[in-house]
Amino acid sequence: MNIPVTPGDLLAIGPISVMFAGALVVLLAESIFRNGEAWNRWLALAGFLAAGTVAFLNTGWSGVAFGGTVATGGFANYCAIVYASAGALSVLLSTDYLRKTGIAFGEYYALLMIAVLGMMLMGAALDLVVFFLGLETMSIAFYVLAAFARSQGTSNESGLKYFLLGAFATGFLLYGIALVYGTTGTTSIPLIRDKAPSLIGTPVFTIGLALILIGLLFKIAAVPFHMWAPDVYEGAPTPVSGFMATGGKAAAFAAFLVLFRPEVLGGEKGLRDVIAVVAAASMIFGNVVAIAQSSIKRMLAYSSIAHAGYILVGVVAANATGANGVLFYLMAYTVMNIGAFGVLAMVENGAGENLHFEDYAGLSAQAPVLSLMMALFMFSLAGVPPFAGFFGKYYVFAGAIQAGYTWLAIVGVLMSVVSAYYYLRLVVMMYFTAASASPRRVGKSSAGLLALGIAVAALVYLGLFPSTIIDVTSRFF
Amino acid sequence: MLTEFGRVFLFILIGIVFVAIGLVVAWLLRPHRPYPSKRTTYECGETPVGDTRMRFNVRFYVIALIFIVFDVEVVFLFPWALVYLSLGWFAFFEMIAFLTILFAGYAYVWRKGDLEWDRPAPRIPRYERGVGVREARLTEDEIAV
Repeated sequence: MNIPVTPGDLLAIGPISVMFAGALVVLLAESIFRNGEAWNRWLALAGFLAAGTVAFLNTGWSGVAFGGTVATGGFANYCAIVYASAGALSVLLSTDYLRKTGIAFGEYYALLMIAVLGMMLMGAALDLVVFFLGLETMSIAFYVLAAFARSQGTSNESGLKYFLLGAFATGFLLYGIALVYGTTGTTSIPLIRDKAPSLIGTPVFTIGLALILIGLLFKIAAVPFHMWAPDVYEGAPTPVSGFMATGGKAAAFAAFLVLFRPEVLGGEKGLRDVIAVVAAASMIFGNVVAIAQSSIKRMLAYSSIAHAGYILVGVVAANATGANGVLFYLMAYTVMNIGAFGVLAMVENGAGENLHFEDYAGLSAQAPVLSLMMALFMFSLAGVPPFAGFFGKYYVFAGAIQAGYTWLAIVGVLMSVVSAYYYLRLVVMMYFTAASASPRRVGKSSAGLLALGIAVAALVYLGLFPSTIIDVTSRFF
Repeated sequence: MLTEFGRVFLFILIGIVFVAIGLVVAWLLRPHRPYPSKRTTYECGETPVGDTRMRFNVRFYVIALIFIVFDVEVVFLFPWALVYLSLGWFAFFEMIAFLTILFAGYAYVWRKGDLEWDRPAPRIPRYERGVGVREARLTEDEIAV
């Protein structure tokens, strides 16, 4: 196979090129300047903003680069914007957290950028090999980020667990790619989509797709493959948990939308019902187990399993409403979940304490702004109407009903009601419970507050004007 | 008729049988007279010392990782050197870009002191648990928002 490469290709994948150059600059700055961390936070922020801007200028037009293995513009750039905003918010929320936990090293930002680079490549991939490359670039950066607080036992545990299980899941994915290649004779995703209708129901093709599905379900922490998520999210540094729970999931969902189109999912003999059952199981398990948690970080980990279930509903629907819903949900979820983890990171002290529900008792009197923002994030995660979370759920459930999966939508709505219990429990803790005797100190970080303010603004804006996103995404399908 | 992979399978099968025949025939024909020094591990004629499973200094791994990177670089450079005349300037700049990336990594490692064998300077993050330490580290910008 001969893939013609021209300089134009590097311009066509603009956001990815910007991200890559940024990561190199950050690494060099870290090695050149004595206090590289202070430089790198701004360099990284500038890199994410630049990549986001480059992607934003080019959401309408779409084409391919590198001989049809990478998509440009349109869908790929929308995904790039989601990842770049996740990265930018994480940088703002991390600076103070890194300082107070004593892990303020500049490599952190380089790893964030490399992870986003991998995500962008996953969102843009039109070839299973490129997709795999992106997935691994992202995952390796995540393994290191999870273990970044390296003198902390829980962080090391988190990194090691994620690495071992992630490597195992990668094995499934790679074997699935090999089997799909064996039956279709190509790794090009558009060609696989063309050949899929005649192959659906044949054992080797189905097994291949199922193995790819396992690899992706692991990355989004959907139910039979969710075991790692609570431990990894709890042990990793808090801003990293927020970043992994949003960006990492969004990248895998982009791959879902590109690969698992209706013609690949199939009807009677296809994998669609399998994904539907996984979605239902994730929603039920995530929400029910989240109720029993006493640590908010762990509660958010289980809630992220539940949200993976909600978003999968849109994948199962496999129609325009569902796909738009998935893309909208990814943006909304990125904003609200990074926000929630960001508040956690600010309230947490340098020793990894103040992460439990009781620690938030009476927080509203002490930190009214922070409490208000946390309450808004919780309302949005629960799916209360004026916020973005509601419209995300609305679109994916509407898509499911259009596609004839009414039972799935009913499960989703019922589980949203269950989720309100534990999200609102935190609000009750902050507003209607007396503060405990020992005063807790709440971190004050203007960069963090700025990020949370942006997140809240985005949450309200997307909730009031969901069509700004839907108008853009509906052109992709 | 055999497919391409069928031939590969046949090749593997023949390889296994070939080795197995050699070993089995040697086992049947050879005299069997073991004595202690014959049964020890062969280490170039030296008397073996200790277990083979020993702990290596972790710095060997850093050096090995850096070596792999430049090893792979050379693997890419050779085919490039053979065809770059026919590929033109674009191939030249592609390789420059590739080398720049590796050079950035090299500069990073060098500057961070990971190539210094005698002076390991680990920067271990401060991380203390306990109320006393925590109180002591509170600064005036850690008060309520």
